[in-house]
Amino acid sequence: MGQIQLKQVTKSFGEVQVIPPLDLTIEDGEFTVFVGPSGCGKSTLLRLIAGLEDISSGHIEIDGKDATDLVPAKRGLAMVFQSYALYPHMSVRKNIAFPLRMAKMDQAEITRRVESAASVLNLTDYLDRRPGQLSGGQRQRVAIGRAIVREPAAFLFDEPLSNLDAALRVGMRLEISELHKRLETTMIYVTHDQVEAMTMADKIVVLQAGVIEQVGSPLELYRAPRNTFVAGFIGSPKMNLLTGAEAAKYDATTIGIRPEHIDVVEADGAWQGTVGVAEHLGSDTFFHIHNTGLAETITVRAIGDVNLKHGDTIHLTPRAEEIHRFDGQGLRIE
Amino acid sequence: MARAVTSRRKLINTGIAWAIGLLIFFPILWTILTSFKTEAQAIASPPLFINFDWTLENYGVVMERSNYARFLWNSIIIAGGSTILGLIIAVPAAWSMAFVPSKRTKDILLWMLSTKMLPAVGVLYPIYLLFIQLGLLDSRAGLVIVMMLINLPIIIWMLYTYFREIPGEILEAARMDGATLKEELIYILTPMAIPGIASTMLLNFILAWNEAFWTLNLTAVDAAPLTAFIASYSSPEGLFFAKLSAASTMAIAPILILGWFSQKQLVRGLTFGAVK
Amino acid sequence: MATKASRSAARVMMAPAVILLLGWMLVPLMMTLWFSFRTYLPLRGGDLGWTGFDNYVRFVTSSAFWPAVQTTLIIVLSVLVITVVLGIFLAMLLDQPMWGQGIVRILVIAPFFVMPTVSALVWKNMFMDPVNGIFSHIWRFFGADPVSWLSDAAMPSIIMIVSWQWLPFATLILLTAIQSLDSEQLEAAEMDGAPKVQRFFYIILPHLARAITIVILIQTIFLLAIFAEIFVTTGGAFGTRTLSYLIFQRVLESQNIGLGSAGGVYAIILANIVAIFLMRIVGKNLDN
Repeated sequence: MGQIQLKQVTKSFGEVQVIPPLDLTIEDGEFTVFVGPSGCGKSTLLRLIAGLEDISSGHIEIDGKDATDLVPAKRGLAMVFQSYALYPHMSVRKNIAFPLRMAKMDQAEITRRVESAASVLNLTDYLDRRPGQLSGGQRQRVAIGRAIVREPAAFLFDEPLSNLDAALRVGMRLEISELHKRLETTMIYVTHDQVEAMTMADKIVVLQAGVIEQVGSPLELYRAPRNTFVAGFIGSPKMNLLTGAEAAKYDATTIGIRPEHIDVVEADGAWQGTVGVAEHLGSDTFFHIHNTGLAETITVRAIGDVNLKHGDTIHLTPRAEEIHRFDGQGLRIE
Repeated sequence: MARAVTSRRKLINTGIAWAIGLLIFFPILWTILTSFKTEAQAIASPPLFINFDWTLENYGVVMERSNYARFLWNSIIIAGGSTILGLIIAVPAAWSMAFVPSKRTKDILLWMLSTKMLPAVGVLYPIYLLFIQLGLLDSRAGLVIVMMLINLPIIIWMLYTYFREIPGEILEAARMDGATLKEELIYILTPMAIPGIASTMLLNFILAWNEAFWTLNLTAVDAAPLTAFIASYSSPEGLFFAKLSAASTMAIAPILILGWFSQKQLVRGLTFGAVK
Repeated sequence: MATKASRSAARVMMAPAVILLLGWMLVPLMMTLWFSFRTYLPLRGGDLGWTGFDNYVRFVTSSAFWPAVQTTLIIVLSVLVITVVLGIFLAMLLDQPMWGQGIVRILVIAPFFVMPTVSALVWKNMFMDPVNGIFSHIWRFFGADPVSWLSDAAMPSIIMIVSWQWLPFATLILLTAIQSLDSEQLEAAEMDGAPKVQRFFYIILPHLARAITIVILIQTIFLLAIFAEIFVTTGGAFGTRTLSYLIFQRVLESQNIGLGSAGGVYAIILANIVAIFLMRIVGKNLDN
């Protein structure tokens, strides 16, 4: 069980309120991702849930019980840190066993759990090594192993993949997702990387300056961003946000159109411009287009390898039904 | 510094450095050499370097004259006891300042260090009176306490600088793993800080071993450590160079050996963690 | 990383150290302050009652006071200058590539391990003795008259002994600091055409600032308190009586506790002036 509720939670450091009153419910078994630019308060929020920081006001409930004043050890949560925070003086086996030792579990049960966690995480051969002798990915798995042996009510991940190289990151992303499918335990995952958020989450919480901008499933956020911030933050490459006359045509202050929703046409497109940079990925090509008569540079995604070079003229047509409209406050117009 | 250095240059450096090193070390070397001479050879003119009749006689005389073992034992108890006691008090304090810093942390640290600047003579008599009242005069327990107190600021300071190098996330991880504060200190912080703690202990052991003001003024017979042992040679026995040298060698040898063996830790300790 | 729980734990864990040091500082201080206002002669009738500021006036007007302050400052400052300057030189030398660096380092550190009583005795008798000391042999070898160091040149002798003891400390700290200097920085300066002297003053010396501060702070703490070196060698004679030693004599040799305590209060004030001055510098240097 692991339902977590935040009720009117605030956090201030001295005079500065970093988290204004905030309500959020994370359902049992849900994979929730907190995403936002650095300094948006997502890590602080995670630490409040963990109990590593006090909340300034409000309540935190875990499984319906008030946990506001509980010390971290008593909340039944496990955390995986950005730096992995492995105990450098202990072997992998002892690292993983540490929470069980602290819980005064008997030795046979500790051994059983450590070994089963190690086999799940492919760490069996490394149990007697020190963290210093492991690769980044292996350290990450030890940190996860240390979290899962306790069978916690929920897992908290604080940017766990940001210290890994790109290839490993994709692999670990899958492993964590699979772990979630198997354990069906609540997970809260903090990242600044919207790709991680989109690929892993059941529910994404987009934060900016301590305020929740939108909560929803990845596709809800992709299809119906509530405001221009979410629109610009979710999706890669970023949504084109256009203002001025072009937006006025659609009765909006700002309009948004995703690169994948603009078609490259032979002639007579809505917009015409010159190719600035063309990024060829093989499966797709991203074009950055200048001189369209619009204030902003337009990014377009074409399927496959489209053969246009720097300086070529290009004709574009946005798909009208995929255009997002936003008002003067940046809020979505339905 | 991957630079080619001419061996001529290296030779010159080596020569100068060795000359200066030996010059600095000479008084100690000379003391050790003299301790193996007869009294007559010790004051021979011109001085004899190694061409003398080596003898252990002086060590025998010194041992006979005073109970070296008791002085040595007192030194070990006082230096060791005060270091361990200081550590027990300093580890929690340094943890607090390193991991739960407040606006006042720096002020408290500086205040602690400033207590070291209180001139000992200014408070000698009150301490003397208190020691009489408490029955601590000429007792090892009393000196352990005083040595602990005068070195406590340095122990805390050093531990603080070492602890600050330990990432807070690791302690938080222990907290998340269900460790209580005590368990966090015993199982995580202390083992991780072992190198720093070792240098701290070493330096404080040496400082306590060599401390002369309180050990000379608060002991008489029972608790007198090696500083008192050697002070008894100040005159007129000091004129017997060979015996003086033997006694001196016996007083400094334990620390010299300890210091050389743990040079690496010590260099770290000597910099008080403040210089990397 | 702080919660109410950890903050209150921190207070509890800091309490023993703070209380002990506070007690260690305040209790004797109060007693010293109390005695300083009384005529207190343990061997001649004990506590003879209140005298107001008499002890303070007597201590400060005694002919020994100002020379003692002067002696204290001269010893501290001379040793600081000698050890820091020579320490920088030695540190830079030891940083150069050479054979047997480890052994040279051991040789240079060694004096730090020698207890002050021993080093004072060895220097006094085996080196500075006007008849049999090494120096007298050397002087005679060159046909000069041996000097009785500890009476004719007492201050330089004591400064020399104390500097010998503290030079290793300064050298080691400065060496550690020099070794942490990024060699690319020096190479960049060399590429920019900075001559050796300028590289020293504009790159090496500023880099050492923090280490020099530490050396000065720690050494001042210990130098203000030097005792054995004087106790064993001159016994405070020949102009080597520091303020500390003067007070020591008043308390122990003349058994005039009241007068000694007043002196103690002066010493504490002097130490505090130095402390405030130093702490300010160090505090600034620690804000890194």
